[in-house]
Amino acid sequence: MSLAKHYPDRPDKVYFFGTCLIDLLYPEAGLAGMQLIKREGVQVIFPQDQTCCGQPAWNSGYRDETRAVVLNQIRTFPQDYPIVVPSGSCAGMLRHHYPEVFKGRPEAGLVEDFSQRVFELTEFLVHVLKIELRDLGEPTKVALHTACSARREMGVADEHEALLRQLGNVQLVEQARKAECCGFGGTFAVKHPDISAAMVTDKAKAITDTGADQLVSGDCGCLMNITGHMQHQGIGPKGQHIASFLWERTHAAES
Amino acid sequence: MQQKAEFEQRVQKALNNPQLRRNFRVAMDGLMEKRSNAFPDKEALEALRITGANIRANALVKQPELLEQLEANCTRNGIQVHWAETIEQANRIVLEIMERHQATGMIKGKSMVSEEMELNHFLEAQGNSCIESDLGEYIIQLDHETPSHIIAPAIHKSKQEIAQLFQEKHPDIPYSEDIETMTRSARKILRGKFFEADVGLSGVNFAVAETGTLCLVENEGNGRMCTTVPPVHIAVTGIEKVVEKLADVPPLLKLLTRSASGQHISTYFNMISSPRKPGERDGPTEVHLVLLDNQRSRIYADEELFDSLRCIRCGACMNHCPVYTRIGGHAYGSLIPGPIGSVIEPQKFGLENFGVLPTASTLCGACGEVCPVKIPLPKLLHRLRYEQVRNDHTGATIGQGSQRSTREALIWKLWSWAHANPAVYRGGTRLAGLLRGVVPNKIGPWTRVRTAPKIAPKSLHQLAREEGFENE
Ligand code: SF4
Repeated sequence: MSLAKHYPDRPDKVYFFGTCLIDLLYPEAGLAGMQLIKREGVQVIFPQDQTCCGQPAWNSGYRDETRAVVLNQIRTFPQDYPIVVPSGSCAGMLRHHYPEVFKGRPEAGLVEDFSQRVFELTEFLVHVLKIELRDLGEPTKVALHTACSARREMGVADEHEALLRQLGNVQLVEQARKAECCGFGGTFAVKHPDISAAMVTDKAKAITDTGADQLVSGDCGCLMNITGHMQHQGIGPKGQHIASFLWERTHAAES
Repeated sequence: MQQKAEFEQRVQKALNNPQLRRNFRVAMDGLMEKRSNAFPDKEALEALRITGANIRANALVKQPELLEQLEANCTRNGIQVHWAETIEQANRIVLEIMERHQATGMIKGKSMVSEEMELNHFLEAQGNSCIESDLGEYIIQLDHETPSHIIAPAIHKSKQEIAQLFQEKHPDIPYSEDIETMTRSARKILRGKFFEADVGLSGVNFAVAETGTLCLVENEGNGRMCTTVPPVHIAVTGIEKVVEKLADVPPLLKLLTRSASGQHISTYFNMISSPRKPGERDGPTEVHLVLLDNQRSRIYADEELFDSLRCIRCGACMNHCPVYTRIGGHAYGSLIPGPIGSVIEPQKFGLENFGVLPTASTLCGACGEVCPVKIPLPKLLHRLRYEQVRNDHTGATIGQGSQRSTREALIWKLWSWAHANPAVYRGGTRLAGLLRGVVPNKIGPWTRVRTAPKIAPKSLHQLAREEGFENE
């Protein structure tokens, strides 16, 4: 998928869409994503009027309710800058589903222009900024969980891995059935909690079995699900968003 | 909401059965690996999938003419064609054929459409006997069960469970857990049944309009026996199984067997083009084709849902579905389980009966990724989620709007208002940050197996402002 996509030249400015989950629960991950971009000499704009991509309502079948929320985001990112999103799931919504939300409606053209500007954070770092990372951290073993939307909708599984492989002291370990869903699925986890629990139990075990010191993911929904379960069971490594992880390992504290 | 409660009960039962869980996990892992090995070249696979999708899409677009052509060519070949709008009509047609021949015994090859018709049940109620000759179907018939998978109907059973079942039903056969031995026993039992039966029944994988040929894919040879040994052969199939020409068959067959079981080709591939001709020494004297609609025309009429009719019933979507792998086929409560079942069954039997199924998916996309004819399964599941709560009464699906609850609709309205108004949203997150200390650490079923997520003291909005990131 990433082969077919067209990436722009390095811009002077980008918009950052932080996602509501990061806003509320993992703000440090959003900030790390913005700092990574800023360090590359690109100005990062964080419009204060952004809210949620609208995915929860969209996936629950409430399409009119989704449209109102989508229009707010479209209004909030008016300039022609790329929009960078630290989540495969929300990026997938903005890039691939927004046009569906407005299919056959007068706003369709406007929405299409918006969607074309959307990039998931890791693909933006790799393909647009061509970032080069220098690892300052201690040797560590890391397991990566790539969200299904990042893998299949955005096609950025390789980009996640490529960034981690740039870090000299990081050993990437692979869990069994790594491409299988962790069982989050947004409202699925609430509507079908038992199936979701069975899935996350297996996922947490596969990750724990690798003996990794740390779990990294590009999506906070999965992270909240998997680390929430591991904490509950008292097993497994701690989890971190890939942006936080990359930033922490490559950022020399100014002293 | 009764369907949801019943679904949950079945799910519970499956999840709490470690043997069942193991059976599915092992079987699905095996099938996924076989498929993957059968398609070593990913680019070639993608090209083949595009070909397959185009062939099926083309056949659907031309379906009305192709069905007429199929009927004309079958008739010319001596195959008698019958049309059934409903399953009741289809069952009647089969019964009338049997009555005309004073037939009471049927031997069956594997056919999902006959399951859709509940044909065995119907015929048995009329005093006839139906014997399943596909090994998997035979096993579940012995145990009075329904299929748990569309190509491997007894996949929910381990070989030990099957050995015990055989011993219980056929105490005269020595107990064995060896698959070869069990298969040989079943074959011995079934062999005689082919010769006793008055009628043989089969499904159809592809019905070729150009030549009036019925193609049947199978691995056990029982399909060939069913369609050649008894004096009458009845094939039942859905109207969407028609393809335009013979040349369409090889790519579809290649996709079907590789996606289903990783086989490069099935052990048997039958092409049935007529009853026994004068001078021929075997074959049935009559061949009938029953073409069933049962809501397919309704599905056909919707330009998006239409894609669900491309299905060639390979089962790959269920093999790769993490939900199916956990709960197995029976938990769905529908004839066809897994992603394609959750798309088709609610459309055929109503969202009021099967509306819960499209929600029983994380929309992870594994199904759509492997479907050999590129059916956008997540998109169709999504569409049905919309159909079940929309309230504009377009009538596109049966049971449209039936799952809408006032409470849920209100919650989404409020949610929408809060997220379409930035000031309200920011106020909400600020409040959440302030109240983070008093947020309960038990939140519904989420915290049964997980800790509660922690609200951050400062939102990203706040941090971005503090760190000097511009607003515009
Ligand atoms: S939907 Fe696709 S993957 Fe599923 S059974 Fe049909 S053809 Fe196979």
